[in-house]
Amino acid sequence: MTDLLLFKDIDEPGLATIDVYERRGGYGALRTSLQTPRGTLIDSFKGSGLRGRGGAGFSMGVKASFIPQGSMQKYVVVNADESEPGTFKDRELMQKNPHQLIEGIIIAAYAVGATKTFIYIRGEYVHQADVLDAAVAEAQARNYLGANILGSGFDCSLVVHRGAGAYICGEETGLLDSLEGKRGNPRLKPPFPANQGLFQGPTLINNVETLSTLPHIVELGAEAYAQIGVRNSAGTKLVSVSGNVQRPGNYEIELGMKSRDIIYGLAGGPPEGREVKLWFPGGSSSPVLTGEDLDLPYDFDSMAKSGSMLGSGAIIVVDDSQSVVDVCLKLAKFYAHESCGKCTPCREGTSWTVQMLQRVQDGSATPMDLDIMASVQEHIIGNCLCVLGDAMAMPVGSMIAKFRDEFEQHIEAARAAGDRAALAEVS
Amino acid sequence: MASDPQVVRFEQGSRVPGWDDAADLDKDPAGVPDAATTSVPEDLRAEIEASMAKYPERRSAAIPALFAVQRRYGWCTPQGIEQAACVMRLTPGYLSAVATFYDMLETRAVGKHAVYVCTNISCSLCGADELLAALRDEVGGDADFNLRGFECLGACDIAPMASVNGEYVGPVTLAEVPELVRQIRAGDEPLPAKQLRRRASADPKATAPAADATSVAPVTAHSADATLQS
Repeated sequence: MTDLLLFKDIDEPGLATIDVYERRGGYGALRTSLQTPRGTLIDSFKGSGLRGRGGAGFSMGVKASFIPQGSMQKYVVVNADESEPGTFKDRELMQKNPHQLIEGIIIAAYAVGATKTFIYIRGEYVHQADVLDAAVAEAQARNYLGANILGSGFDCSLVVHRGAGAYICGEETGLLDSLEGKRGNPRLKPPFPANQGLFQGPTLINNVETLSTLPHIVELGAEAYAQIGVRNSAGTKLVSVSGNVQRPGNYEIELGMKSRDIIYGLAGGPPEGREVKLWFPGGSSSPVLTGEDLDLPYDFDSMAKSGSMLGSGAIIVVDDSQSVVDVCLKLAKFYAHESCGKCTPCREGTSWTVQMLQRVQDGSATPMDLDIMASVQEHIIGNCLCVLGDAMAMPVGSMIAKFRDEFEQHIEAARAAGDRAALAEVS
Repeated sequence: MASDPQVVRFEQGSRVPGWDDAADLDKDPAGVPDAATTSVPEDLRAEIEASMAKYPERRSAAIPALFAVQRRYGWCTPQGIEQAACVMRLTPGYLSAVATFYDMLETRAVGKHAVYVCTNISCSLCGADELLAALRDEVGGDADFNLRGFECLGACDIAPMASVNGEYVGPVTLAEVPELVRQIRAGDEPLPAKQLRRRASADPKATAPAADATSVAPVTAHSADATLQS
């Protein structure tokens, strides 16, 4: 097992202050970066094999290389709107080691030539935003931010922007609209944010964990970083394990670790006497896997091959005492509430799925409804501006496919119970 | 707030307040409020202007401005929105449209204690629905409380949990509900031993070598002198 990177001594008292961070060698990577040509830096991001940690898993270096050269105003925006159910890794990173993130942001901004940067943090994270504000003030006082950073001639500002509670603002173009002071509706792509993003300027958007990794890549060197993990999934990853496990929490793993070792080894597995019924490998929008998939390696390719995705690295474990219908309804309700309403398949599809699932739950559905529901999911996927609808359709579709028997039994049982209640009323 | 069944109804069952007030068709549609006739409290104006100065375009300060209004008036009142619109040189309608989009911006009067209980998958697997019900019972009809189900708060490691005026606490047991409500009413720290900010990382490898996991100092150590030393 490799040494920890992101979580190294995460609970060291005072790590969130600049003194402790500097004493541990913090901002050394920034000094190195400022001496390095920009092209070399972006090449090293590419060579490190770092893939975006927010959900899509796109190569960070390739994304950075899409930002056009030239003297126009460019931006770096940090997606800290961590709202994917089951995900809470960025919260811990920001709260306990904010300077690691700030250092990563400045390195990224320098590499793409952006002089204005923003952290869009979800409004619910009150304490974490306060920590970041204090850390930004400290970094400014020591000239890691501001004009002519450390005498390099590079200027960079950083503003912490608090959101106000909307899942859709974690979608990158919804986030940009929200940051521009609008309702957080997603935009049509292309143009992609790398060409036309915030205030129509070229914009690099990355997740908190992705940017927090950059100082480590600079320190270790791209090649050494690429050695960690497995093919196509380089590096360490924070996984948030929650649900029916004995030790829920964030764990830093080397990608490619066996899923069973994460769920049972690190998180303690389900309570005594219970088995894993299903698990979401990458937040609630990833198609579910079952107990049979526990021996899969936890990396981008293996999860994709199994029909699901690594997503944000949030593992939600559901044990065999839980009803799949309840989980499914809860999930669909969340997405129906969070749909921004801009695209019809998502707005209508999510709310009709909720209504159909409610019929399943109270026993007034028929098995044919399950087919209709599955076809509704197919009609949502790929037909909207963003993937919020897909984020409901994929797990719901997978639950119906993998647990169809249980859905049918639930309908039967609920109907029988309803009939008995009606009879009792009559007699 | 998908899980909350309470929907406030106004005249004749409408969900929109004042929907049946007669519209004055002779009046122009509301424009940007006139700075000469709109009185804006000085501190509110200063706060909004400070927010606007942080961004390349002033409109980016819409959410911070509405939060400022909410802090001052308890919710995004029509009067407060008009004042913010006056400072930002936007129409009140624009800011209302923004306010209605976001769950944390209140567009009707609410209690002063914001208590959000996360009821998403991970939390409800751990008993969040029971926690929300127990809190509802304990709070009763107390109008000082703004108690809602809220999803997902991003703290599944301390499920079931609640955000009490922004302070994350959990896991909250049903036995702790009366104490928690009493603390909120009295204005005390909610369940100090269970606050997320004091919690050590779960990763066994990540624990600081010298520090005992239970004695880790809260991450509030941002001292003013740290910045002064430089």
